[in-house]
Amino acid sequence: MSLLAIDDIHVNYGAISAVRGVSLTVDQGEVVGLIGVNGAGKSTTMLSIVGVVKPQRGTIVYSGQSLIGQSPETILRLGIAPVMEGRRIFPSLTVEENLRLGAATKKDKQQVEQDIDRWTTFFPILRERFGKPAGNLSGGQQQMLAVARALMSRPTMLLMDEPSLGLSPKLVGDVFALIRELRDMGMTILLVEQNVRMTLDIVNRVYLLNTGRVEFAGTPDELRARGDVERAYLHGGGLAQKSASPA
Amino acid sequence: MITDLAQYLVSALSLGGLYALMALGLVIVYGILRLINFAYGELVMVAGYGMLIIGRSPWPWIFVAILSILCAVIAALVMERVAFRPVRNSSPTTMLITSFAVSTLLQNLALLIISPRPKVPRLPAVFTKNLRFGGVRIDVLDLSGLIVSIVALLALTLFLRKTVIGLALRAAADDFTMTRLMGVRANMVIAAAFAISGLMAGIVALFWIGNTRSTTPTIGLEPVLIAFIASVVGGMSSLKGAVVGGYVLGFLTIGLQTWLPRDVNAYRDAVLFGIVILVLLVRPEGIVRPVWSREAR
Repeated sequence: MSLLAIDDIHVNYGAISAVRGVSLTVDQGEVVGLIGVNGAGKSTTMLSIVGVVKPQRGTIVYSGQSLIGQSPETILRLGIAPVMEGRRIFPSLTVEENLRLGAATKKDKQQVEQDIDRWTTFFPILRERFGKPAGNLSGGQQQMLAVARALMSRPTMLLMDEPSLGLSPKLVGDVFALIRELRDMGMTILLVEQNVRMTLDIVNRVYLLNTGRVEFAGTPDELRARGDVERAYLHGGGLAQKSASPA
Repeated sequence: MITDLAQYLVSALSLGGLYALMALGLVIVYGILRLINFAYGELVMVAGYGMLIIGRSPWPWIFVAILSILCAVIAALVMERVAFRPVRNSSPTTMLITSFAVSTLLQNLALLIISPRPKVPRLPAVFTKNLRFGGVRIDVLDLSGLIVSIVALLALTLFLRKTVIGLALRAAADDFTMTRLMGVRANMVIAAAFAISGLMAGIVALFWIGNTRSTTPTIGLEPVLIAFIASVVGGMSSLKGAVVGGYVLGFLTIGLQTWLPRDVNAYRDAVLFGIVILVLLVRPEGIVRPVWSREAR
């Protein structure tokens, strides 16, 4: 049985339907990509999982428990930690305070200290800026903090919504290297991304969303083998033009 | 001159400290719910009538004071649960109107149940005494207000920095949804904010009524107005702003009272609020800006 199973969810914002029948599964230890252009319904799917948005139809089951109608705080306590789009760190809190709040549900003080030590060793920049307001970190540093903060709750599953958005190419590389490391540690990850090429390199399986529906589900190789999807989403206009000319 | 200055400092620090506590009680709720709770003044009233009723007991005044503060805390929690929780997801206007409704309701309840006339609660005799240090005469009421407000400010600062609930309260002011996504229960944070606002109102009530020496159904009007102005002057976006605004307003009020010519002193509040308007013209966002710069995001 899958760790997370979404079946046929529909989400409308007023008259606009953002998600129209998305189904997907994530198994324990898997890294699953959710890709698609802007407005495809990726973020709405993500917000539905964490309880910020309530789907009008469909089911979301996480390790045997329905998540529909559960509050965000309950869902975090079940073991799903989100790294939200735009990082959403607490700017007026220090780096340390952001991390401590990530462990808000943890009672074991010693364990919290160990985890802070572990993640500030993992991300040395966070140790360097430990007592500084998080709002003064650069975009890439804030991304590291957002990930470390999520990990402080010792989640079973990490949801990451566009962690590479707005970062310089070098930092995008760093973020994907980090996801690879987390994957190798055995973390289950659902990764929402627009950077399709780099996503395909690190995921076990991928779902391609388009206008609120799943257009493709399979392995990265299967997606690459499909020329039409390849043209539309991976290489953009450049390759499409080339293949349009007689070879 | 020196003695004038010493007396001025003690009075200003005392009044400023109490204004700061009042402003904090308002801003801590505003930061999370974006609600300016105009029923906040009625918490001062509740504590005042608490002092009146509990004061009839033979218990020492300090117990009366603590129980009165507790009354304000409980009133704040009930207010949140009964009036504000049902409209929490409504528009800010709905919440604002709700706060006016709660304020009016509580005032009229006091009119009906207790009395429209001022009531004099038991106050410690020492509140009317003063101490002499050399040539300097200092009112006990001022000195105790100064000490209590500073202790309360330090305790609140520690609470907000060192406890998980405190961190959650500050984080919720930055991003409430994200705070919930850390596993922090929304109801718990909001209830904590209201409890602190009740605590602040209760502490202030002791000294406010220590000064007016009587409780009326409308006693909350002036404190809530001052808390609102102090927090706007200091900057609504932060708790630090509330504290700075409180002290600025306290120093201005006592300063004008001390040094304005006698015939102009009747217009003290007009001069005071004139200065407030000037400050806001120069710094519409308040005196204190966020410690982090938005450009860095």
